Amino acid sequence: MSTTSPVENHPRPTIVLVGHGMVGQRFLEALAERGLTATHRVVVLCEEPRPAYDRVRLTSYFSGRTPDELSMTDREFIREHGIELHVGDPAENVDRAARTVTARSGLTVGYDVLVLATGSYPFVPPVPGKDAEGCFVYRTIEDLLAIEAYAKSRARTGAVVGGGLLGLEAAGALKGLGLATHIVEFAPRLMPVQVDEGGGAALLRTIEDMGLTVHTGTGTQEIVTDDAGAVAGMKLSDGSELATDLVVFSAGVRPRDQLARDCGLAVGERGGITVDERCRTVTDPQVFAIGECALAADGRVYGLVAPGYEQAETAAATIAADEADQVTFTGADLSTKLKLLGVDVASFGDAHGTTEDCLEVVYADARSGLYKKLVVGRDGTLLGGILVGDAEAYATLRAFTGSVPPVAAESLVLPAGVGGPVQLGPSALPDEAVVCSCHNVTKGAVRRSVTDHSCTSVPEVKKCTKAGTGCGSCVKVLGQLLTAELEASGVEVDKGLCGCFAQTREELYEIVLALRLTSYRDLLDRYGREGARGGDGCETCKPAVGSIIASLAPTIGADGYVLDGEQAALQDTNDHFLANLQKNGSYSVVPRIPGGEITPEKLIVIGEIARDFGLYTKITGGQRIDLFGARVEQLPLIWTRLVDAGFESGHAYGKALRTVKSCVGQTWCRYGVQDSVRMAIDLELRYRGLRSPHKLKSAVSGCARECAEAQSKDFGVIATANGWNLYVGGNGGATPRHADLLAQDLSDAELVRLIDRFLMFYIRTADRLERTSTWLERIPGGLDHVRDVVVHDSLGICEELESLMAAHVAHYRDEWAETVDSPEKLARFVSFVNAPDTPDPVVAFVPERDQIKPDLPLLSIGHRPLHDALEGSAPR
Amino acid sequence: MTLAPETTSLMVQLRLGEDWLTICDLAALTPGRGVAALLPDGRQAALFLDRTGQVYAIDNRDPFGGAAVLSRGLTGTHEGRPFVASPLLKQRFDLVTGQCLDDETVRVATYEVRGARG
Ligand code: SRM
Ligand SMILES: Cc1cc2nc3c(=O)[nH]c(=O)nc-3n(C[C@H](O)[C@H](O)[C@H](O)COP(=O)(O)OP(=O)(O)OC[C@H]3O[C@@H](n4cnc5c(N)ncnc54)[C@H](O)[C@@H]3O)c2cc1C
Ligand code: SF4
Ligand code: FES
Repeated sequence: MSTTSPVENHPRPTIVLVGHGMVGQRFLEALAERGLTATHRVVVLCEEPRPAYDRVRLTSYFSGRTPDELSMTDREFIREHGIELHVGDPAENVDRAARTVTARSGLTVGYDVLVLATGSYPFVPPVPGKDAEGCFVYRTIEDLLAIEAYAKSRARTGAVVGGGLLGLEAAGALKGLGLATHIVEFAPRLMPVQVDEGGGAALLRTIEDMGLTVHTGTGTQEIVTDDAGAVAGMKLSDGSELATDLVVFSAGVRPRDQLARDCGLAVGERGGITVDERCRTVTDPQVFAIGECALAADGRVYGLVAPGYEQAETAAATIAADEADQVTFTGADLSTKLKLLGVDVASFGDAHGTTEDCLEVVYADARSGLYKKLVVGRDGTLLGGILVGDAEAYATLRAFTGSVPPVAAESLVLPAGVGGPVQLGPSALPDEAVVCSCHNVTKGAVRRSVTDHSCTSVPEVKKCTKAGTGCGSCVKVLGQLLTAELEASGVEVDKGLCGCFAQTREELYEIVLALRLTSYRDLLDRYGREGARGGDGCETCKPAVGSIIASLAPTIGADGYVLDGEQAALQDTNDHFLANLQKNGSYSVVPRIPGGEITPEKLIVIGEIARDFGLYTKITGGQRIDLFGARVEQLPLIWTRLVDAGFESGHAYGKALRTVKSCVGQTWCRYGVQDSVRMAIDLELRYRGLRSPHKLKSAVSGCARECAEAQSKDFGVIATANGWNLYVGGNGGATPRHADLLAQDLSDAELVRLIDRFLMFYIRTADRLERTSTWLERIPGGLDHVRDVVVHDSLGICEELESLMAAHVAHYRDEWAETVDSPEKLARFVSFVNAPDTPDPVVAFVPERDQIKPDLPLLSIGHRPLHDALEGSAPR
Repeated sequence: MTLAPETTSLMVQLRLGEDWLTICDLAALTPGRGVAALLPDGRQAALFLDRTGQVYAIDNRDPFGGAAVLSRGLTGTHEGRPFVASPLLKQRFDLVTGQCLDDETVRVATYEVRGARG
């Protein structure tokens, strides 16, 4: 055993930190910021086999984040501050009389200050069978790895005991692993701590719609095991038995206070190391406790990371004896906003309405899983609230908590179309309003970062104030405050496309059109920012300008082929290979199937090609067929056969028209009033190949039943008895938006003319990667303005818009037909310039459900030596 | 290396330890675009030509996604330095040092390049 005495060997006083979790790491940063790492020896005992990582984002491991990416500790920080970090070596014993800590390895360290940040452990209810093989908890990276391995090798069904925040996270993970997932919750609703009955009902509905099975008001009585001692099922309190192969316990957490108990520190009745307002233990002024293991001065144990961070700051300030920095921890805001299983859930302030005499304003729509409740005082003060399904307003509402908002509370929760919601911009907030609750940053502090510390971008504001560096939910508000502040102080806000161009996309479009510029380099050298001229541009402006030149090609005299000359260097890899890149470096192939109509012969050709090249085949959400897993060098061979059979490019790779979906319509359907298939095919063939700021989608429905979902498209058409209704600005995807009705009862010709104008006006004025939906919401005047321009020709540009479209239609050529016809264009389709006949060995597949999928282990290991591949193929 | 862009009889060579491996004719490179080359030990290099005629070579494997695709990314200039943005998730890599510009803990290997009369 090695004993080091602080006095003899280390003249500097020693701070020992036990536990290197999220709060422990924050404490180290707070020490460093106050210069304490220079004046003190700092020793950290870390139990887990890795330094601190982001536990809050643990579940993102299942969406591809590696343990390394979750890490919160950079080695440089530890080294630079001379911190002695002992990984995988937990503290086992504290001798408060001798002021030493002994770790499992036998290491004994003397301390002047001891800080306990041991977190909590998952509580496992004492049911029979709880230790069987296949039972897990959900707290550490090691837990995840164990669950993943077990789920992949021997489980099809999984059950989570506990329907709280962590239980839902765990359930999401099990579902993501492909297990049929059950949630068993003792309380009558999900997330009983955060949401009330109404919120729980909305949550339940949405989670059941996702295919999870929820058993609320149900206890777990026993874990049933098979002969080998592995989990086989569970007995529930309602007498039923649930068959399951895997169980995750997520029934709450308990403070890890055993070490403190063993050395005689006071702990609360229900656990937690008792500390005062400065996070000092009430028993021993030399010892502090912070984070989830501490019972704070207000008698609570906080299970969220933000209060833990505040405690870390408090302890560090106290140790620094910083008189100017009289920080205390007297309790914290429990506001949270979470995305659980894709559902937004937020609660803030007095969410459960415990304040005397308070009133509730509730909006609930069980059908769409929406629930919003505000708790308001008699005088109109906003006290708190709960939002489920749509937490858009969270950051603003939280900031107004404690004050009387400038508009009526109910107008803040009603959805669009029900008389609200009122957009209460952050400019309405008082300076004292806390905009970032993770770091307790006020609106005033954010404004000062702009006025006094000359921050001009969100990353700068984040660095300066720390706001936005926790859960991230306030970043949008930060951006709005920043822009408002900059504009108010007369600073011109840089609206430039990127670091290379100070112009917006719209301005560049006008320049290209007016000057008939067909070269990106020309544009950069003449109109780029000073420092960017003569350079190679960047990955933002190259494809954006490439797209502008392609949209205008026939009019400005550029070659319409997107890979012509210099244009080739501007395209994203998808456009470069006229196919979509997949995760292992292979590509997918999507032939155009206009309107979703296809002959049996063509279906057979697709089937034969897929079979001959061993491609994974799937029907897409866009009424066509995607063939995955083609190597670059196979693309020309595949397309030669497709082109021969009469197929052409589907532009699944381009920011261009994707599909025009259709319903079967009048020809067959007894309700149909127009021939929707024919119209869809006409529109798809008219606009195919049209490059635009973002992808374009469309659909045509044969009657108001709307089987083609036209109202979720960039331009959607619905048949009426008198013609066609045109809807614009619809969007599925990440932020769905219902399309707006632009014009009614149009004839075929009127419809096409209006779409021509609409699309060209959008292409001309939208930002890069701005779908029609966001464009329509952004441009001044919105839908009314667009209607004025394209229907009433208020700008007098309709003739030009129509002629631009006419030029596009007249000059359309199929990119793939042109490519397979030209040996020169085919030259790029090789894996290796020095070994054109060798396929990329990293592209490999394994079987799944009678087809193939990318071989993921191959992607995670290093290179494979390949000895013969180069023979004779490289000129030496 | 710097080469006059119009010179076409030059071969691009890559340094592997003591040896130089000939990869291809300089004319096979398009300014602003990359190509991949297979090395004798199974590794892959991504070669890029910028508009001034400078050629760069880095490892072809995207350290984030695992696929060998860096040669298919878009190139550009950031604060005067050449970079390529991975086509998978868009992280940028300095073409001279291999340093990832979006994550200071990640760096890919780089190779010395020269031109030789073919
Ligand atoms: C193949 C397909 C999924 C499927 O198996 O069904 C698909 C696959 C991809 N989608 Fe999609 N989307 C597909 C239908 C959809 C739909 C449904 C539809 O079109 O009816 C939507 C929602 C409708 C919409 O866009 O409004 C959709 C919304 C998205 C989004 C989100 C767009 C948004 O505005 O929020 C993206 C991301 C983006 O474009 O930035 C995306 C991006 C992608 C990308 C391109 C992601 C990528 O870069 O790798 C996927 C690659 C396709 C490939 O490799 O071939 N995909 N995607 C569908 C192809 C349809 C087709 O035939 O062209
Ligand atoms: C899946 C999941 C999702 C979550 N989501 C959220 C969220 O969205 N928002 C939110 O605010 N919070 C969330 N939390 C809670 C949040 O992670 C915790 O509040 C936070 O991690 C507490 O930090 P801590 O440092 O106190 O404890 P921990 O991060 O648990 O760290 C304590 C560390 O101490 C170590 N330790 C214990 N005993 C010893 C010993 N004797 N010697 C040495 N080391 C020891 C432990 O091994 C552990 O590494 C989530 C938690 C989980 C598990
Ligand atoms: S939208 Fe109308 S016409 Fe088309 S399939 Fe549905 S019911 Fe029939
Ligand atoms: S509120 Fe969490 S980072 Fe600002």
